[in-house]
Amino acid sequence: MNLLVCIKRVPDVGAKITLTRDAQEIDTHLLGFTVSPHEECAVEEAVRIVELRGGTVSVLTLGPPEAAEQLRDAAAIGAGRLVLLETDGREWGPMATAGAIVEAVRRDETANGPYELVLFGNEAADTGDYQVAVRVAHALKRPCVTGVKHLDVTDTTLRARREFRGGEECFELLLPSVVSVKEGINLPRYPSLPGRMRAKRAVIEQTTPTWHEDPVRKQALSDPVIQRRRAEILGEGVEAVPALLGLLEELGVLA
Amino acid sequence: MTVLCLLEHEAGEPGDASLRALSLARALGEAPGDPLVAALFGQIPAPGLEVLSAFGVSEAYGIESDELDSYAPLAWARVIVELASNLPAAVVVAAGTDRGNEVMAHVAALSEKAMVANCLKASRSGETTVQVSRQRWGGVLVEEAVVESSPVLLTVALDAAAPEPARVPAATRLHVHRPLLSRSDLSVKVAQWVQPSTGVSLSDARVVVGGGRGVASPEGFGPIDELAGLLGAAVGVSRAVTSAGWRPHSQQVGQTGTRISPELYLACGISGASQHLAGCQNAKHVVAINTDADAPIISRADHAVIGDLNVIIPALVKAIRERGLKNT
Repeated sequence: MNLLVCIKRVPDVGAKITLTRDAQEIDTHLLGFTVSPHEECAVEEAVRIVELRGGTVSVLTLGPPEAAEQLRDAAAIGAGRLVLLETDGREWGPMATAGAIVEAVRRDETANGPYELVLFGNEAADTGDYQVAVRVAHALKRPCVTGVKHLDVTDTTLRARREFRGGEECFELLLPSVVSVKEGINLPRYPSLPGRMRAKRAVIEQTTPTWHEDPVRKQALSDPVIQRRRAEILGEGVEAVPALLGLLEELGVLA
Repeated sequence: MTVLCLLEHEAGEPGDASLRALSLARALGEAPGDPLVAALFGQIPAPGLEVLSAFGVSEAYGIESDELDSYAPLAWARVIVELASNLPAAVVVAAGTDRGNEVMAHVAALSEKAMVANCLKASRSGETTVQVSRQRWGGVLVEEAVVESSPVLLTVALDAAAPEPARVPAATRLHVHRPLLSRSDLSVKVAQWVQPSTGVSLSDARVVVGGGRGVASPEGFGPIDELAGLLGAAVGVSRAVTSAGWRPHSQQVGQTGTRISPELYLACGISGASQHLAGCQNAKHVVAINTDADAPIISRADHAVIGDLNVIIPALVKAIRERGLKNT
């Protein structure tokens, strides 16, 4: 069974996000980069499926040359083929991104045979557009389900469960199909030392897709207008417990 | 200009997220007479119709189909695309729920149009352009953007402005729409539904006791669990805790976990990374317990105690128990 996982390199933001002076993006000078959390789980899920059923895991990303780092991270936990759709620093909207992925999938499938399953994260941590997986599924004419928290795959079908109103709803799809997953579907493993060594040597297939302008034009980013509160300090250590108890009483949360 | 809004409902009553979407959709109409059209899958009973009228809906379509006995994202999208093109609608709006974003993504893919997710505000700025504020980074940042499309496709953030009924209720005309659906539209459909388990659900809890890296070990959660039990609270944790495998992901509060909106959030040993703050920014009152007086959570909290939660929480539990004894 051949699986493809699509991932995105995003800044590893900590507590405080600083914007660039022109308010067009996050100032990443002092930041490391990572992969969106949902996608980290998508890679883990694909590796688990292949460990169980055999096959290959390919990982694809659309991003700058530095996104090779995120592909190697995926290789370190078991991805085989690494594909970089290299961009030149311009921002890619969801329509153009989906288009480039579809082109790459078609190219791969002509050369190496079909992907039974294409996995995505439910939404990227930065842009949160919630649509690339669905657009790719439509272009490939494959069934699609998003936001999946539990996945069972056979040779020809998959069962996907996801949360709905505190319960769960279940879908049954025929393969080949497209699925986007959410964090919590699994707990991603740490890479092993041999895995990391293998990742260092892994070959990255690189192509340069054509950029298209998005119909949504960004003007500026800002911090939302949440009142920055300044906490009233109740005290230090256990000496603050009576004040804390008083506050809980005042808030009416004690029986 | 006609605006079409997809509403999700339970027994005909639109949910909170859908009413926020409907309020934003109404504000998009530029003239008082502009049609505001609502689409609901299933029958629209009298109480549901009253809500639509109060929110200024001029036309309501109840979409009825024997084949749509359960949710089918592509089929829903097909119906919305057809309805939008028949009206025709200049803007189509849905709630930024899992289903709303999913259906709208299908609508966007079917009609090869842009889709803007999780808008906080939207206003028309031209014949086919809409000015939007939308959430980025799970709501930690907001982006101002202009979208040019016909129709414009939007979903509305779950924490966009609260639902607001129209100043003057509308005389809602009710239509029953019976769509023709192909087999392929129905190929993805909910096959089974599992009821929620009982207990305090994190997303609806009135009080949440949160534990972060400062809890230091899985065993360290004993006092946190005990305190939550005493307060009838749900336990929430940071991503550091679930990534370490100390607690299940279902307890994670954050951008990629659960979004909470309790009366009180007691955040213990949580530094307050953006990822976490995205999930708790709707808490009414935040109390932080942290050893670091400069931790970001402190600047987002109303009250704080500086110190080690592993000492303070057991002492607080003891104090609450003693208070209980005194009061009985």
